[in-house]
Amino acid sequence: MTDAVTLINLHKRYGSIAALNGVSLSVRRGEVLGLLGHNGAGKTTLMKLILGLASPSEGVVEVFEQSPCGKSGRTLRLNVGFLPENVAFYGQLTAREVLDYFARLKGVARAERDELLERVGLAGAADRRVKGFSKGMRQRLGLAQALLGRPRLLLFDEPTAGLDPLAIRDFYTLLDELRSTGTTVILSSHVLAGVEHHIDRAAILGSGRLLVIGNHEELGRRACLPFTIWVRGRFNGGDWKRLLEEKGARVRRVSETELELTCSAEAKLMIMRTLLDMEGLEDLEMEPPTLETVYAHFEKGNGHGREESSCATS
Amino acid sequence: MRHVLIVAGKEFRDGLRNRWLLAITLVFALFSMGLAYFGAAAAGSVGFTSIATTIVSLASLAVFLIPLIALLLAYDTVVGEYEQGTLLLLLTYPINRVQLLAGKFLGHGLILAVSTVIGFGAAAVLIALASTRIEGVEIWFSFAYFILSAILLGWVFVAFAYLISVCVSEKSRAAGLALVVWFMFVLVFDLGLLGVLVSTGGKVGQDIFPYLLLLNPTDVFRLANLANFEPARSYAGMAGVVGDRQLGPGAHTAILILWVVLPFAMAAWRFQRREV
Repeated sequence: MTDAVTLINLHKRYGSIAALNGVSLSVRRGEVLGLLGHNGAGKTTLMKLILGLASPSEGVVEVFEQSPCGKSGRTLRLNVGFLPENVAFYGQLTAREVLDYFARLKGVARAERDELLERVGLAGAADRRVKGFSKGMRQRLGLAQALLGRPRLLLFDEPTAGLDPLAIRDFYTLLDELRSTGTTVILSSHVLAGVEHHIDRAAILGSGRLLVIGNHEELGRRACLPFTIWVRGRFNGGDWKRLLEEKGARVRRVSETELELTCSAEAKLMIMRTLLDMEGLEDLEMEPPTLETVYAHFEKGNGHGREESSCATS
Repeated sequence: MRHVLIVAGKEFRDGLRNRWLLAITLVFALFSMGLAYFGAAAAGSVGFTSIATTIVSLASLAVFLIPLIALLLAYDTVVGEYEQGTLLLLLTYPINRVQLLAGKFLGHGLILAVSTVIGFGAAAVLIALASTRIEGVEIWFSFAYFILSAILLGWVFVAFAYLISVCVSEKSRAAGLALVVWFMFVLVFDLGLLGVLVSTGGKVGQDIFPYLLLLNPTDVFRLANLANFEPARSYAGMAGVVGDRQLGPGAHTAILILWVVLPFAMAAWRFQRREV
């Protein structure tokens, strides 16, 4: 099966400013791709090119094997939903009227419109004017419009920015539902906490270039970032420390009963086995490198000619 | 076409909702009824005058009022949506930019048409009810033609407003440019032509003068309603200069339509190249 989105050597320049600089990547069908990067990294420009709102200065954009620009773009947009950053609507209209307008443009039945208002939790405010909506409510309405017509591809630009924790949780619940139904989703964010559990792969952009792409585990391995193991127990006497260090762990005693071990991805299994054989072990918890640390690693390398570091030098 | 009608319907409903339709209709109605009643005040009397006098007064007023109202109604149609962020969203829907612009034009055009018919029509109804004089059928045709050309004049400036709206990225700049366009066509153009005519003692431009007037849609409207219309010739000012080289109402209508199509086509062309 072909990819949902294919980008080949994509460049986008605004005058002398290069917003995108030779980006090539593919988004598989049914995949949730996280597009990560600082403000100005090129995430929104990339989305605009995928949506056909802007033309590339150079390179190829294909969405379901078609160009999003020109005549094919119009048909394509029936299958695409978009939630822009800081989504805005016609303030004088009610939520139902806004959704009705967009639904009619997409040829979607009224029943689906009402169902979507229910799904995003806006059924109670459906007949209120949008200008009185909070940021969270506008975002919910934005989600409802993006889901109109059950699109095969969804693009969410900074969907969790400025939302309260409950609204963020609701968004991720919806994202997981979409993921389970096989909808392809491209999600841009610079708020990384928690996003790793809801995406299949992450593409990290920096200064208009694709720094790296892969799933969370792959990226952690490529960055050679250590795993952390928190251990609780009564470790008196014996040569447990030497044993763990021999297996590749760096040991730090946090308190009388707590240890913090750091190790490479390759060594973690052996160290866990050793720990499980130890007398006095009460509990342990393993923490892989977070997406935030992975992102920070590659972002730090950006501009210093380093895409990936080798494990020997990290 | 379905998409065009959906957008047109929204624009028209917005016009009803934010009272544009009501406000324009009231302005037109008040002015038209006022002119119908006080139109002969200069001659020392008040009271409902004839349709012919009213048409002449209304046409002189409409030349200033209609372009201003049309520009105010439509100057922010694209740039306003761009600024508030709804344009970005709208263009991700299966509607192309020409359809979007055409839908908006249809909606705004309908608002102006309804306001013009009701607002200016009110004067005609009032005169017909209050006046004891029996008007000839041709005078009513002239009034109908005045309303048609007034609608077209409004559409011309809606199209100009769209051209401005797709070329700028700030609403305030669009407002400023709209005023410039109004000054240029309503005041400056005619002053310029008069200046040339007077300063050269009529030697330069006299032959091409009637054709130069066609370069200004407000003059086309004036010519259509004043110079064409026998009782109005004495009030026609610039249009009187045209003399015998006068085109017929059909030709004036066609030229006004051309003035609608040209800026609209330019706006559509520019909008398609605009990145959001």
